[in-house]
Amino acid sequence: MAEEKKLFKVTIDNITIEVEPGTSILNAARMIGGDVAPPAMCYYSKLKGSGGKCRTCLVEVAAGSTADPRPMPKLVASCRTNVMDGMVVKNITSERVIDARNGVVEFLLINHPLDCPICDQAGECHLQDLSYEHGKEGTRYEFGRRTFHKHDLGPYIQLHMTRCILCYRCVFTADQLTNKRVHGVLDRGDHSEIATYIEKSLDNDFIGNVIDVCPVGALTDKTFRFKNRVWFLKPVDAHRDCPKCKGHVTLWYRGDEVFRVTARKDQWGEVEDWICNECRFEKKKTSDWVIDGPTNVNRHSVISQGQYLGLKMPTEVMPEVMGGRQPRLLMDIHSVSEVNRKDIDLSKIEGPAHSTDFEKPRPNGQQAIDNNQ
Amino acid sequence: MGRKLLLNKAHVEGILTYEVYRREGGYRSVEKALKTMSPDQVTEEVKKSGLRGRGGAGFPAGMKWSFLAKPEGVPRYLVCNADESEPGTFKDRYLMEFIPHLLIEGLIVSSYALGSNRTYIYIRGEYAWIVDILEQAIAEANQNGWLGKNILGSGFDCQVYVQRGAGAYICGEETALLESLEGKRGNPRIKPPFPAVKGLWDCPTVVNNVETLAAVVPIINDGGEEYAKIGIGKSTGTKLISACGNINKPGVYEIDMTISVEEFLYSDEYCGGIANGKRLKACIPGGSSVPILPANLLLKTAKGETRMMTYESLADGGFATGSMMGSGGFIVLDEDQCVVRNTLTLARFYRHESCGQCSPCREGTGWMEKILKNIEYGKGKKSDIDLLWDIQRKIEGNTICPLGDAAAWPVAAAIRHFRDEFEWHVDNPVESQHRNFGLAHYADPLPVPVTA
Repeated sequence: MAEEKKLFKVTIDNITIEVEPGTSILNAARMIGGDVAPPAMCYYSKLKGSGGKCRTCLVEVAAGSTADPRPMPKLVASCRTNVMDGMVVKNITSERVIDARNGVVEFLLINHPLDCPICDQAGECHLQDLSYEHGKEGTRYEFGRRTFHKHDLGPYIQLHMTRCILCYRCVFTADQLTNKRVHGVLDRGDHSEIATYIEKSLDNDFIGNVIDVCPVGALTDKTFRFKNRVWFLKPVDAHRDCPKCKGHVTLWYRGDEVFRVTARKDQWGEVEDWICNECRFEKKKTSDWVIDGPTNVNRHSVISQGQYLGLKMPTEVMPEVMGGRQPRLLMDIHSVSEVNRKDIDLSKIEGPAHSTDFEKPRPNGQQAIDNNQ
Repeated sequence: MGRKLLLNKAHVEGILTYEVYRREGGYRSVEKALKTMSPDQVTEEVKKSGLRGRGGAGFPAGMKWSFLAKPEGVPRYLVCNADESEPGTFKDRYLMEFIPHLLIEGLIVSSYALGSNRTYIYIRGEYAWIVDILEQAIAEANQNGWLGKNILGSGFDCQVYVQRGAGAYICGEETALLESLEGKRGNPRIKPPFPAVKGLWDCPTVVNNVETLAAVVPIINDGGEEYAKIGIGKSTGTKLISACGNINKPGVYEIDMTISVEEFLYSDEYCGGIANGKRLKACIPGGSSVPILPANLLLKTAKGETRMMTYESLADGGFATGSMMGSGGFIVLDEDQCVVRNTLTLARFYRHESCGQCSPCREGTGWMEKILKNIEYGKGKKSDIDLLWDIQRKIEGNTICPLGDAAAWPVAAAIRHFRDEFEWHVDNPVESQHRNFGLAHYADPLPVPVTA
């Protein structure tokens, strides 16, 4: 008889689930999904040893376990703390967590150049999302921001050190995916930087993946640099027979032109399969690929603007977090807007929505004229 | 005259050499431990002594030893933390420079207790000349059969290696030290796992301070219970204090933990009072990371009791009105010193020494330094003081290692106790550039709450 695996019961923000022993709090929270999942800037489930550094995923442990129900005195990094049976975790229900997370976001932004308008990462930047969701609107920092000497990393990868948040993901990627790591973190403290010690280009077969793992615009695709904003592109899943990698990618189209190729990403923004440099940088023609169909884009992303088909609603956990009570909206947009009408299901509209889609039927029964035709 | 256990022979001529050290009774504890005691008995003796870690945190050493995992077939390591970099602390330097054999002796006994066949001394890079002294002492110990294979016929092998660091303060944090010892970048590891389970090269490891390991020698010689009789309460034994700042006699003193702060500061046996006839303004009693105390709270606790030089008494009142024993770096500030400037100096140090791994410490320390610089140079605003408070609050407790806390505490304590001086700097930007705030009311006796 196979021995039955004992599952650990863990309560996160009043929602209890059972997970396998050895699961981190972050991954348990991700199983619940929605707002309960703490943000993570440095943790990457596919990279061994990552996490613990950015401190955005801090949570409060209100009870350590059934055996030892004492609370943990400090907030813990949920990505690197494993669940215990009977653990009670507070994430968005804890004032301390919200406060600490506000602080971390502020720290991450004080030396960030905030050059989103000219940054290629804008629109798919985790730091943008983080600051919208957990930051404050203003800054209290009044000093010059940190700058660095420029390093050239070769023809494929563009490094903007000023945007870096030192998550170390690219270091782990190079360590775990490539034969030889030639870049790393130099120097110490607030002047530490990602660089190659001797000017050297990153040219390993799989090094292009550092672009995908970078949560900010510090490492971007040089072949796509300043070509287009990501939200104007249409992501399409495609594959090809690649001798080096699985060849499962996302092509980013504008019209008929492939502007860039990236790995496919899951709902947490993590790469599903690593892809090789050839797929990423060299194969930019539709004829190189077999198209699988449009990519499902997460609703929260600006890339999903204008794409209402196949829309996936995010998990709604708030009523459960609040013990069955419905969250109370302070203002319902529909009650004040003349334009939007909640009786129109956005997902039923094909293509980008136009104002005509929301026009009220004329009194004489005449339908609105469809501009699309 | 207090009892001395570590430095009692420090002034014997030639104690640096093996012959003199042995003649003065050195290496007796190794004979006693290896010939008559089992490793567990040694650990038990250290537990009984109540010896607390001398590196700063004050965690009971015997307890730390008993946490060491002992899986079969996996080597265990003892690492001696000689990366003494805390500003104001120089006690380990004295110990290693003048009686290196005491440390080697303590290392052999401790290695025996923990089953460490390869023991490392990780020493800070700036102590370059001490490396030679230690290696000379290790060579002498080897020649005389105290190290190597089958020591004293007990079947226990042990070798001690000295490894130089490259001058980073962060490498005094035990997991960063282990990373550096393994030849990597000295970034603190995320705990758990603790070094007692997964330390050096993923093997169970104990990291102890130089003074802690040296104190094992008198504990084994005289017995743990005898050692525990010295001192008050849970502060047992003797402690090395490195006193510096505006005092008449700066230096390293060994105290048995029974004297008051006032006696330590003013008696001729120890610091000999404030230099140049000035008055005491403030003191950082345990190395730069611990909260600074104004004169009135240093000599008396908030309850009006005399503050003693013990772990408990120095911490009395928590961070609101107390401080910490820390690593024993006793920094004294007289009435001519500026607390704002002192805080800026410390903030600059922590900004420079932050490893840059986790965001609150990397970004927060630099921010605090910039604001303090503005206040010190007459460009500060009133709101900056509250901002500083908020920044330190958001660093403290949210970082991987204690360096974040160590950077936050001095700033917090300076604002807590010396807010007047900060405000004076903001209100008098011109005057503050050429005059000091002075002693003000910081030495005034505090009103003691009446208790029934």
